[in-house]
Amino acid sequence: MSAGEPALSAAVAAGRRRRAGAWRRVVAGLVLIVLAGVALTLMLGQSFTPPGDVLRVLTGQEVPGASFTVGHLRLPRAVLSVLVGMSFGLGGVAFQIMLRNPLASPDIIGVSSGASAAAVFAIVVLQMDGPMVPAVSVAAGLGVALLIYALAWKDGVTGARLILIGIGMAAMIDSFIAYVLSRAPSWDLQEAMRWLTGSVNGARMEQALPVLVSLLVFGGLLLSRARDLEALRMGEEAAAALGVKVGLTRVTVIVAAVCMIAVATASVGPIAFLAFLSGPIASRIVGPNGSILIPAALTGACLVLVGDYIGQFLLPGRYPVGVVTGALGAPYLIYLIIRVNRGGGAL
Amino acid sequence: MTGSAGLSDAIAVGRRRDSLSRLLRLGLLIAAVAGLCVLSVAVGTRPVGWAEILSGVQGHVETIGEAAVALRVPRTLLALLAGAALGLSGAIMQGVTRNPLADPGILGVNSGAALAVVIGMAWFGMDSAAIYVWVAILGAAVTAVFVYAIGSLGRGGATPLKLALAGAATSIALSCFTIAVVLPRNDIAGGVRAWQIGGVGGATYGSIWLVMPFLVVGFAISLLSARRLNSLALGDELAAGLGENVAVARGMAALGAILLCGATTAACGPIGFVGLVVPHLCRLLVGVDHRWLLPVSALGGAGLLLLADVAGRIVARPSELAVGVVTAFIGAPFFIWIVRRQKVWEL
Repeated sequence: MSAGEPALSAAVAAGRRRRAGAWRRVVAGLVLIVLAGVALTLMLGQSFTPPGDVLRVLTGQEVPGASFTVGHLRLPRAVLSVLVGMSFGLGGVAFQIMLRNPLASPDIIGVSSGASAAAVFAIVVLQMDGPMVPAVSVAAGLGVALLIYALAWKDGVTGARLILIGIGMAAMIDSFIAYVLSRAPSWDLQEAMRWLTGSVNGARMEQALPVLVSLLVFGGLLLSRARDLEALRMGEEAAAALGVKVGLTRVTVIVAAVCMIAVATASVGPIAFLAFLSGPIASRIVGPNGSILIPAALTGACLVLVGDYIGQFLLPGRYPVGVVTGALGAPYLIYLIIRVNRGGGAL
Repeated sequence: MTGSAGLSDAIAVGRRRDSLSRLLRLGLLIAAVAGLCVLSVAVGTRPVGWAEILSGVQGHVETIGEAAVALRVPRTLLALLAGAALGLSGAIMQGVTRNPLADPGILGVNSGAALAVVIGMAWFGMDSAAIYVWVAILGAAVTAVFVYAIGSLGRGGATPLKLALAGAATSIALSCFTIAVVLPRNDIAGGVRAWQIGGVGGATYGSIWLVMPFLVVGFAISLLSARRLNSLALGDELAAGLGENVAVARGMAALGAILLCGATTAACGPIGFVGLVVPHLCRLLVGVDHRWLLPVSALGGAGLLLLADVAGRIVARPSELAVGVVTAFIGAPFFIWIVRRQKVWEL
């Protein structure tokens, strides 16, 4: 017995090391995919730019014929794609973990719609521009999240009630967005698509800055709570028994996740199903090997890059990234509902 | 003996009193709908006097006021028909699925009809409203079967949460496809966008005549299935025990509902939440007997849609709010209220 214990703890330690190693390999792999996606975005477009030229543009040299395309068109697009992908991925997975339900992602329960509606209203009706738009969008996102939470409160919040109330809320807000857009004086279809499904077309470097700041601040805040969040996965009672301040963690996570998603939404629109897809995919890849927060953020970035590439080049006609992720996400959502139903578990 | 005779007398008296008070409420409802019809003809951007209303209704179009009234008459007629169709189809869907959250909008049936029409316009060059009706009904039927199949998989059959989720997922997916179909086609985009919000503003006698046959057949099938729905309300086993062919009963009733909401969507675009709200209110008014509930729901739906249309004209003067937006803002809070009130999430 006494001889067995050191061997057991050694085995546990070895297992932990192995899992940590596996997690690091997964993250490294995802980073590589994101980098490859960025490189591809920089090289490919209406014309092909060789890697050498891309590198020279990135290091600040003037390359005739490539400087404008790569530096002004493709680089902002790639940077913005990565940043918003990470914001949506991280914010979405935080909601999913906290409410212990993959369907409780901000784009299904109406939080993204709220942020988008505010941005549309600010731009189309109030004619706002610049940093005020993300601010309004964040305020609206937080307001809607709070409202949904409050309405779902009845001796505590159950996931199912919150999701149903969120669906109702999203239906109302979406009809408001459609209405505001239909009244817009200069009704540019591309611009409208951004607010209906999300698009990185016409990305500018200035747009990336607020997203970067919010990703660093709120993403950092979320990651600092990662351990508590993982504990919440086992249920509130268990987490409280482990010494987690449940209420404080909840508030921090909701605020951080909503802010990240609202800022990203204010610059590229609510990219359909991105927040919903990233978490489950990341958890498939990582398995039981460790936290899925960072992998989910990287998965989000991959999805935007790949979705944008498909929308631009692989389909007949050019589609915004949101149409692609929406078309990919909906079957997955339906599959998820079927799988959970088959398993006999209540959603 | 005398006691039991007295008792049955008392029951008969009570029943008479019940149906008397129901008739009274029915009369009040009819009066309200008639009043709303008058309002709908009288109220609008152009203020009109009674003399102009009277001559406008008779078809005189000499003055601007009379012309405005003459335009409002088909609009009122379409609102009456569409509202009745949506209210009735909502009551049937709630009866068939035995689910308090069923509604053509929430179950995604409207967006299925919309996608089918858009595909018809974009890919097959359909341009006559007569074909839209057929296509819309086909799309509505396919979507209804699909959503019901997904929602009823697994343990517990078609629970409200599963149906609502399946409907929400399907309708997000379908709207993504709709956008993808419309996007490369600027020539049809304007018409599709205007139609997608859902309104009765563009009504003409011609468009009403086109959908009329479908509505008549739909109303007939629906109203005839009242007794079957009453048996179904007892549960499938009991209904079968009463000699009801459960599958046929469901199928016939659903066919009626799909004809109604498909034809309505073809004529006015997707209008949500009428089918959700009206049957609930009508149940408070006349109870759960479908022989009463179905006709009263039709009446109530007509009233609600008229009310929403008139309200949309008053709220946003001198412009107007599309009726689909108004019903979403009335209906979504109602949806949330039902979710909060009922124990639907305890599955």
